[in-house]
Amino acid sequence: MQDEEILRVEHLTKRFGGVIAVDNVSFSLQKGEFLGIIGPNGSGKTTLINLITGFVKPTSGKVTFNHTDITGKAPYRIACLGVSRSFQMARAFHKLPAYKNLIVPLYSPRVKRLGGGKYGERDDVAIDLLDDLGFERDSAVPYKAAGSLPHGYLKRLDLARCMALRPDLLILDELFSGMAMSEVAATLPMIEKFNREGLTIVMAEHRLKELFRVTHRVMVLNFGQKIADGTPKEVMSREEVQKAYLGTEVEG
Amino acid sequence: MAEAVRYRKERIDRGIKARTDTIYVLSSFRDMVYLFLPRFLPIILLLLLPFFVKGGYWEKVLFYSCMFALLALSWDFMASVGLVSLGQALFFGVGAYISGGLNHYFKMPIFLTIPIATLGGALFCTLLLFSVLRLRGVYFSMVTLILPLLFAHLIETLDILGGTHGLLSLTPFPSGWLSVYLAIIGVIICLFGFRKLISEDFGLVLRGIKDDDRVVMAGGINIHWYKAQAIFIAGAVGCFAGALMTHYYQFVGRSVFALDYTVLPLAGAVLGGPGSFAGATIGTFILVPLSEVLRALGGLRMALYGVILIAALVILPEGLFHYIERRYHQFERDVRI
Repeated sequence: MQDEEILRVEHLTKRFGGVIAVDNVSFSLQKGEFLGIIGPNGSGKTTLINLITGFVKPTSGKVTFNHTDITGKAPYRIACLGVSRSFQMARAFHKLPAYKNLIVPLYSPRVKRLGGGKYGERDDVAIDLLDDLGFERDSAVPYKAAGSLPHGYLKRLDLARCMALRPDLLILDELFSGMAMSEVAATLPMIEKFNREGLTIVMAEHRLKELFRVTHRVMVLNFGQKIADGTPKEVMSREEVQKAYLGTEVEG
Repeated sequence: MAEAVRYRKERIDRGIKARTDTIYVLSSFRDMVYLFLPRFLPIILLLLLPFFVKGGYWEKVLFYSCMFALLALSWDFMASVGLVSLGQALFFGVGAYISGGLNHYFKMPIFLTIPIATLGGALFCTLLLFSVLRLRGVYFSMVTLILPLLFAHLIETLDILGGTHGLLSLTPFPSGWLSVYLAIIGVIICLFGFRKLISEDFGLVLRGIKDDDRVVMAGGINIHWYKAQAIFIAGAVGCFAGALMTHYYQFVGRSVFALDYTVLPLAGAVLGGPGSFAGATIGTFILVPLSEVLRALGGLRMALYGVILIAALVILPEGLFHYIERRYHQFERDVRI
């Protein structure tokens, strides 16, 4: 498992007109690793995720996943190769019951190929997945319309949707934003568990304290450039990171 | 002290509905009637209607209503994938001209022209719209609005497929009954088939594309492929209607690409309540006969028609069917405490 490269990003750049949203970013990821991406607002975290997952086509650079070049491929192809992503603003099919939201990834060619979720079984698979993420199967929550769920549940529904695809690489875009402390505390162990079970995770996050509890490696972006990459402690002690990220207020 | 028997009100649907939409708990014959009546009544009514009209003028109106109902169902199906079409006339016209052309130039019998027009027409329309599938919202609508007009003008200016005269004296249906029943059965199959299909996993994917296509893409699903399938299905229904109409009137002309075949189904679907298929059917079965009744008013007809539509939109923005459905779910019964 260890020491096998799963993702390699080389000189990835994205320009939106005159703005360089992601500027020559390179990094690689080993199987089973847990990488945190941090940076101030507008530093290019979401764009980087969009570039990796195909939602935005890069201006230049290369993305390799499991030794396959996925640069600029269609999002559904990248998803079917095993890269699953969540959305910063929790997206869901609001009119459908929560568990029916998971039918879409369960219906994908990837899950069909992996031999899960046949006709008539998908509802059960969906409810199992939600049950694992705190939507108790015996309560009314999984059967409620997604649009009527509180924000924290919507974020976790998004996470469940990612897991339904049976990913090899899970990319979470500010999963914890807008979540209550108690919800974060409940979700964090689940994500750790996925990681322990061998899932490679990339997590862009603003809530550093929670992030640092689960991750061993952090990458810092500022104005689209990678300015640091290392253990949380190393990274936060660097002066440019403190300047960029925390401004003048330096925390101990 | 004798205890008085007390009752409380309970909604019938609460009692028989289990957690999911597809499982019901029936405890009495009344429950069963409550559940099945709205499903069987429209089928029985539709099948009996030809006996009431017995040929003549109102049979034509019935047939016409079925044509528009099929187009409205086809529109509603595309709309439930987020493809708002302003050109159901495209499907209708393509189906009509394929069956008419095959019959006129190759002397093919009806039982061949209609299936070929249905499937071939659907394939043709899907390929035609494939390049614009990535357009969203109003841009897609505009292309669909233009295409039928384009075909009408092509036929006129190039003088192909009969030009402005159209193709005349095509093979009629062996009997009036056959044509009317083909249309009615078509409507029933589409109505219940679509309602079933859209609640299946396949349908969930289609509805997902309408709600949020980025989530569907992130779920590993090729949305263009699914949109294309939806257009094929909707196209087949529209082309089938066009083919039936051609043989019913034994004629096909440029008028099959007219705006009427776009606007009326859309109005019917909006009046009846989009997204339910039943609404689209109810809406057209009200609007088409109504416009026949209003024919006596001459020029005022269109104006009055417009007033009715606006009134319906203001008073019942959710559509007739959703209103009826809601009221039906609110039926109560007395339950002994």
